[in-house]
Amino acid sequence: MSVVETKVPAGFVPVYTRPKALSDKRFTYCPGCDHGIITRLVAEAIDELGIQERTVGVAPVGCAVFLYEFFRCDFAQAAHGRACAVATGIKRANPELIVFTYQGDGDLAAIGTAETVHAANRGENITVIFVNNQIYGMTGGQMAPTTLPGMRTTTTPEGRDLRSTGYPLKISEMLAQLDGPAYITRQAVFDVRHVQMARKAILRAFRNQLEGKGFSLVEIVASCPTNLRIPPAEGVRWVKEQALKYFPLGDLKVRE
Amino acid sequence: MKVLMRGNEAMAEAAIRAGCRTYFGYPITPQNEILEYMAAHLPAVGGACVQAESEVAAINMCYGAAAAGVRTLTSSSSPGISLKMEGISYLAGARLPVVIINVMRAGPGLGNIAPAQGDYFQATKGGGHGDYRLIVLAPSTVQEAAELVMLAFELADRYRVPAMILADGMLGQMMEPVELPPPIPPERIPPKPWALTGAKGRPPNVVSSFDLDPHRFREILRGLWDVYRQIQRDEVRWEEYQTEDAELVLVAYGTMGRICRTVVRRARREGLRVGLFRPITLWPFPSEPLRRLSARVPVFLTVELSAGQMWEDVRLSVDGRAQTPFYGELGGVVPTPEEILNEVKKYVRG
Repeated sequence: MSVVETKVPAGFVPVYTRPKALSDKRFTYCPGCDHGIITRLVAEAIDELGIQERTVGVAPVGCAVFLYEFFRCDFAQAAHGRACAVATGIKRANPELIVFTYQGDGDLAAIGTAETVHAANRGENITVIFVNNQIYGMTGGQMAPTTLPGMRTTTTPEGRDLRSTGYPLKISEMLAQLDGPAYITRQAVFDVRHVQMARKAILRAFRNQLEGKGFSLVEIVASCPTNLRIPPAEGVRWVKEQALKYFPLGDLKVRE
Repeated sequence: MKVLMRGNEAMAEAAIRAGCRTYFGYPITPQNEILEYMAAHLPAVGGACVQAESEVAAINMCYGAAAAGVRTLTSSSSPGISLKMEGISYLAGARLPVVIINVMRAGPGLGNIAPAQGDYFQATKGGGHGDYRLIVLAPSTVQEAAELVMLAFELADRYRVPAMILADGMLGQMMEPVELPPPIPPERIPPKPWALTGAKGRPPNVVSSFDLDPHRFREILRGLWDVYRQIQRDEVRWEEYQTEDAELVLVAYGTMGRICRTVVRRARREGLRVGLFRPITLWPFPSEPLRRLSARVPVFLTVELSAGQMWEDVRLSVDGRAQTPFYGELGGVVPTPEEILNEVKKYVRG
């Protein structure tokens, strides 16, 4: 599916256009999902830095598995959880490339915990975009490592029970304790102000790589209305009122 | 000029001479010298060596480096190779030319660090999930190990199929004089227009093993199997030793092939007409030459450091035209030439 291009009438100046780094493929994300905004922010950062022709993305397993179809840059599709290891291989093979991963919470903070922690600890000069929506979206709404206490999922039908399933994993706080990473931040995209802040954070995470500063991770607290079985507007409220209680926003580590 | 080198070090040096510029590995005995050699020597030629947090991470780093178009190597030993199997399946699916060295030890489980050949099935029949094969090369001397590492990089690049060197703890640890092959000039390494080098002046490249459409994916796999069939046609390698008049042919590979060569010499001294058939490519298995031989040889005694894995391929190749007994050792025990000769004497008389 391609997007229909709209002709700009004479005398009008377009102020909101599709980023050049994006292809004309329509996103496969569900209505109301925050991935669409986040994917676009990554493309905007690539445009702004003028790095499309030297950027290589690493697509995860999960809702962003088709990410390579959305971008006009080279892409590797990684095994579940292994994106940071794949990115390490690309960057070490060719340090001239700008390498980023884009991963969900199951991919990055469950099956890929080791790869993430050690890439961060090595200070790999890569950029990691981490979308934390507290659920396994692609597989139909199972408990994620970041699922909130009491939150109903298909594998916690009575709500997440802390006694048997533990606590939401605060991977960004964990990573911020390490000496390796240059930049760890947590952002959200539930309103315009936060979208702009997230945009700046993503831009910074890419700029850090260009400047050789090392491992930069931007976590975005998001919602999955489809699997929460709520309308998109309630998804916005979910992030503000529920998710941010466990995942407060802000910079967790900034190495100048 | 010959130099005295340990098998593991000779394989590492051969990889560097083959143009390998990235290595990712994790310590496990009996192959640590490969990682150590790369850590000491790869940076000097402008390459990168990363000691990964696990074999899983290491093979996925290889995935990234190979996707970026650079010759890349990983090595491990049996339990570590099991961990790499997920990544190897992805390499096969994404058509990435990585070379993997397995210096086999005894298993299952933690087993021990003594030489064994129990990973034959894993190496030649797939190992990871899905319909794929690896090119599998089995050296029997340090010299051959160095040469086959060079060949593995060449074949992996030519066919875009990952290649495995199936060695064992004996070969990895032994020291022998070796004539190292000359380095491959960079211009002789084939260009990789599919690699991820930045989409400048061309449409984006994607390295992936993913396709949701069964019919489209079927066509991709049919193409892959066309490549496999071409490899089966053009890349079969084996060695025959004194098979011309043999009444019994030993079939053995790697370290066991080397020991069986000694058995042949001793048997011949005693007037027994014994020969050796030594597969060098385990996949593709040299079925056709073995089948031809079975028209005139009445007994093929397969000898392995396993409970009988290659034995199945021998039986499929001979297909009832000759006797196909088996002799094997387990657990890291290596049989002596005398023990094998005694077994031979059950089937041939002088």
